Amino acid sequence: MTMISRRTLFKGAGAATLATLASPALAEDKVKVGFIFLGPIGDYGWTWAHNKGREAVEAELGDKVETIYVENVAEDASAIPVLRDLAQQGCKLIFTTSFGYMDQTLEVAAEFPDVKFEHCTGYKRSDNVATYNSRFHEGRAVLGTIAGKMTKSGVVGYLGSFKIPEVVLGVNSFALSAQKQNPAVVVKVLMIDSWFDPPKEAAATETLINLGCDLVTTHTDSPAPLQVLEQKGLFGFGQGADMSAFAPNAHLTAIEDIWGPYYIERTKAILEGTWTSTDTWDGMIDGEVVISPYSAAVTADAAAAADSVKAGYMDGSFNIFTGPIYDQDGVERVKAGEVMGLGDLATMDWFVKGVESAA
Amino acid sequence: MRIKLEKRHEPSLAMLVATPIASVILTMLIGIVVFDLLGINGFEAVVDIFLSPLLYSYKWQDVALKAAPLIIIALGLSMGNRAQVWNIGAEGQYVIGALCCAGMGIAFGQTGGFLVVLLMIAAGIVGGGLWAAVPAWLRTKYNVNEILSSLMLTYVSFQVLGYLVGGPWKDPNGRNFPATAPLADAQTLPVWPESTVHLGVLVALILPFVFWVIMARSEFGYQVRVVGSSATAARHGGFDSKRTIWATMIIGGAMAGLAGGLEFAGVLHKIDLGFASGYGFTAIIVAFLGRLNPFGCLIAGIVLAVTYVGGQMAQTSVHIPNSTAGIFQAMMLFFILASDILVRYRIRLIPSAKAAGV
Repeated sequence: MTMISRRTLFKGAGAATLATLASPALAEDKVKVGFIFLGPIGDYGWTWAHNKGREAVEAELGDKVETIYVENVAEDASAIPVLRDLAQQGCKLIFTTSFGYMDQTLEVAAEFPDVKFEHCTGYKRSDNVATYNSRFHEGRAVLGTIAGKMTKSGVVGYLGSFKIPEVVLGVNSFALSAQKQNPAVVVKVLMIDSWFDPPKEAAATETLINLGCDLVTTHTDSPAPLQVLEQKGLFGFGQGADMSAFAPNAHLTAIEDIWGPYYIERTKAILEGTWTSTDTWDGMIDGEVVISPYSAAVTADAAAAADSVKAGYMDGSFNIFTGPIYDQDGVERVKAGEVMGLGDLATMDWFVKGVESAA
Repeated sequence: MRIKLEKRHEPSLAMLVATPIASVILTMLIGIVVFDLLGINGFEAVVDIFLSPLLYSYKWQDVALKAAPLIIIALGLSMGNRAQVWNIGAEGQYVIGALCCAGMGIAFGQTGGFLVVLLMIAAGIVGGGLWAAVPAWLRTKYNVNEILSSLMLTYVSFQVLGYLVGGPWKDPNGRNFPATAPLADAQTLPVWPESTVHLGVLVALILPFVFWVIMARSEFGYQVRVVGSSATAARHGGFDSKRTIWATMIIGGAMAGLAGGLEFAGVLHKIDLGFASGYGFTAIIVAFLGRLNPFGCLIAGIVLAVTYVGGQMAQTSVHIPNSTAGIFQAMMLFFILASDILVRYRIRLIPSAKAAGV
């Protein structure tokens, strides 16, 4: 190993670009695309799925691109130097794949106007910061339908991270769908103030089980909750990716996040110089939210109900956020026949009737 | 042949200076070996962590930003340590300082300007000092070990932070994410043009001189040193050790609070659940690596900051977790503490016939 590695050469090049801003020297090089990940790729969930998307970019665009990724980037100020580092290394497009990178992304984007940024699940944009998200709540509707059919105690758990709209939507979609199958279903919600913390996720799952839940769905990233459910002989769902390998009996199905097509499309836009700051919110119909195969434990009845919800989203005929919808206090928030628009959903901060939560 | 430890009459000055440097070099060498054994290119990892941040000028500002809080906190802690006062809770004092700074900013709404920023920083100093006054009071009044009480108060401070950013101070436009609203531009610290280097970095460069003057030239500094060397001697000299405990604890807390306020108003501009980033703990390493000397703290703060920035760089290059930097930092502390024996003792190898001093 010589002192000057390939990387240090690139870094020199990156610094040079920084100095002269958009020097043509790099034009003939591969376009560099950076990714920052919240967890380890080995979480087999959220980050794993984003990394699959990164691999899809490399597979599709081959030697036109080079991707760089950073794992385990905390959602705090430490993300700023990491982002700056990627930009300084010459990345032209950087995906920041968690909600908590929002302000950091905007801050670094302001320092590097030539670099385009894509922030996942956020809502703040600028000239060089686009946002993208998946309509995960469509998948949650399928899971909720199965949960409503399968729960015996009528009490199901929802392990959440933060009470942000994305999670609130998931809870509500899940609860409304379960109640369609069994109006008496109660959803107990626990927020752990973290996206990826396997011990905390496992402990919270135990708490939900102790509260009488015989089925727990998760809005956090690791398979730890499923492993707890497996031990107790209860049921749950994979989050972000098919997690059946971790809990073959407990794992009923999973929401798989398919980011590849979006990542490829946006990288192509950089190659062709057509990139603009956009706000994308794709769902099942776009192939971005996919339901894993049902396990043997899913009853035929539950599978049929889940399939009809899925089909409804695929052809656009179904929307779980159709009134009447009541909030936790029983107040009618959405009138019968009315459908909540994406704008309302993006800021939803109240839980529906039948959801029990501390906050 | 035998190895004999002989107590030195005076601590060895050469060893006092040489051992911190040796600790850093030893850490690097062991790092190379350990990483190679783990199947990671150890040389590249260690170069990235210890040298790359210095080789690339665009990384210098990151180093400066990381070094500033470490230096400021370490200065306060080393004064206490000189008096045998062990404040382990700088992390909590840092958090409370930042919260007080933020609270003062919130009280002024969108109003900013020099005076408001000054008041915010002052609030941080006072907050950190008061938080550290609790273990000082417990120690002087009830003889409660300040190591435990100050450490435990750190966890209390995290709960206070969690309550405030998730409740009364939650950003109304933050869609329920537990964090304060971004600070108004008029309430942020001045920044060097075209960079991210804020005024706090200058403060971190000036303070070592101030602390050196206090420790080396003032009666208070003398008192701290006397109390630290022997409580009995201090009593005979008419020095009140309780007063020294109070003063050094509060100064330690005030410095941590200052660092927290500067970090908030200069770098982060908002407080979220991840605000506490370990500066308060790492500063303990800085204080010891710097041999409790103000200028030593300055240099050690920069060394530790380099490992932080380098750790981030190694994340992208060799894909080792950021926490690797923490392992290196801990290794440095381990070596520096272990090497104390060389400062206080002389190692003699006694062969069967002829004795050779080392």
